[in-house]
Amino acid sequence: MSIISTHKKIERNVTVLAGLAFITVTIGGIVEIAPLFWIDNTIEKVDGMRPYTPLEQAGRDIYVREGCYVCHSQMIRPFRDEQERYGHYSLAAESMYDHPFQWGSKRTGPDLARVGGRYSDAWHVQHLTNPEAVVPDSVMPKYGFLADTDLHVADMKANLTALNRVGVPYTKADIEKADADLMAQADPNADAGDLEKRYPKAQIRDFDGNPDRVTEMDALIAYLQVLGTLVDVNAPAAQEELAKEKGR
Amino acid sequence: MANKRIDEATQTETVGHEWDGIEELNTPLPRWWLWSFYGCIAFAIGYMIVYPAIPMVHKATEGTLGWSSRGQLAEEMKEADAARSTVRAKIAAVDIVKLPEQPDLMAQAVAGGAAAFKVNCVQCHGSGAAGSQTLGYPNLNDDDWLWGGDIKTIEYTITHGIRQANDDDLRQSAMPPFAGVFEPQQLDALATHVLSLSGKAKPNAQGAQIYADNCVVCHGDKGQGDRTVGAPRLADAIWLYGGTKADIEKQILNPRMGQMPHWGGRLDPVTIKMLAAYVYSLGGGEKIAQTTTPEPVKQDDGQPQQ
Repeated sequence: MSIISTHKKIERNVTVLAGLAFITVTIGGIVEIAPLFWIDNTIEKVDGMRPYTPLEQAGRDIYVREGCYVCHSQMIRPFRDEQERYGHYSLAAESMYDHPFQWGSKRTGPDLARVGGRYSDAWHVQHLTNPEAVVPDSVMPKYGFLADTDLHVADMKANLTALNRVGVPYTKADIEKADADLMAQADPNADAGDLEKRYPKAQIRDFDGNPDRVTEMDALIAYLQVLGTLVDVNAPAAQEELAKEKGR
Repeated sequence: MANKRIDEATQTETVGHEWDGIEELNTPLPRWWLWSFYGCIAFAIGYMIVYPAIPMVHKATEGTLGWSSRGQLAEEMKEADAARSTVRAKIAAVDIVKLPEQPDLMAQAVAGGAAAFKVNCVQCHGSGAAGSQTLGYPNLNDDDWLWGGDIKTIEYTITHGIRQANDDDLRQSAMPPFAGVFEPQQLDALATHVLSLSGKAKPNAQGAQIYADNCVVCHGDKGQGDRTVGAPRLADAIWLYGGTKADIEKQILNPRMGQMPHWGGRLDPVTIKMLAAYVYSLGGGEKIAQTTTPEPVKQDDGQPQQ
């Protein structure tokens, strides 16, 4: 009887009720979220992940700006139907440098987690310019204006510095050369320097079919073409690592 | 608590309050609800024991069943593979050159290839494999082939793609851009000659000379093309980037060259074999002719390149 009569005090005092409810929810939240920061298998240990190059990162910003995530997810779930259509399921490691992540929760268009290398650059230009030209029943809007808009990033150095502060391992050299890297990756006539050494698997070429300008189309296609290509998920080492997994 | 009493009409205890003669019954929770509630708590405890649940220092508890969502997927995939393994094993075992001679197996390969085509190929080649005569995607229904149309060559093209960096060089070629090389009048004559190869324009002597000097090596003296370098046939009504004079001039000045992803790393060898069978069956499939079959430099075993 005593515990019930004590509880009555809580029920009759709204401030105490609110305070104790807050503490209860906090404990629940800590138990659910906090362990992800220390248990070992939150992020798989696979090789190949690197931060985005400045051009890819700029393309990613355009992807977010245009709201591509509203219709496209970037998360292949571990189901047979998804694996047969989109390829190997997504790993947490593959989006560990994404701020914010683009997993998405709604698919009007297909998942894009492994779209890199699946189509040619020319296809992407045709498709972004007029989706119905290559996919007749597409309902995607046209993004041809990206090819007419010069890529303009106010301060790429600042962008990389900000990402570095939230844990993306850009080196000092990466940040120093950010603005040069940004243009060099899409310009076949420019000297890319050691870009490919600092960013392995970086694709350096003109993406939008117009080598004279670096446009927003270049940046967006550079981003799309790198999606899902950095970690070789089907490699024996990665498969061995995934096979060991338990408790997920 | 004061004034608790049993209500006469309902035989239920009151909570003991009374305001202006109004009292509240302390009706107990229905038993079925209460026992479901306790049952849920008991179930949750069991669930936490058999499934992964409680986060510890290095990892969460694994649960006594050893279940994981990815492990479940691996099992489902294994089952699905087992269900179609007989057909796939048969297709894998047969030499692709001999596949068309076995109608039953060929029919199954074509059906499997049609399904894979809808997932992977329709975005460029179209749902009916008709491609596009202006965007640069070849029609796969006709007998006009860029790199060869026998079943083995088709399989090779699907495996290695076209103009892919870091792949072997059997599907690499480039047409040089002629921007700035010709006077406008010369360009006009050349485009007219190209059109004349398929009978769409009158012969043009100047254009023929320019063609002979610059184009015959790849496209052939009569515009028959060259499959070893993927040079398109010009002496027919099939075009990749449009067949008007303006389109042809644009293509001469700054050639666009098609690319195709190499599917060797994405699709398994049997799926590629089925795709080849499907494309071969579309109408333009050719008999194996030794001269047009390139010898593969290395056998692709379907494993992704390191």
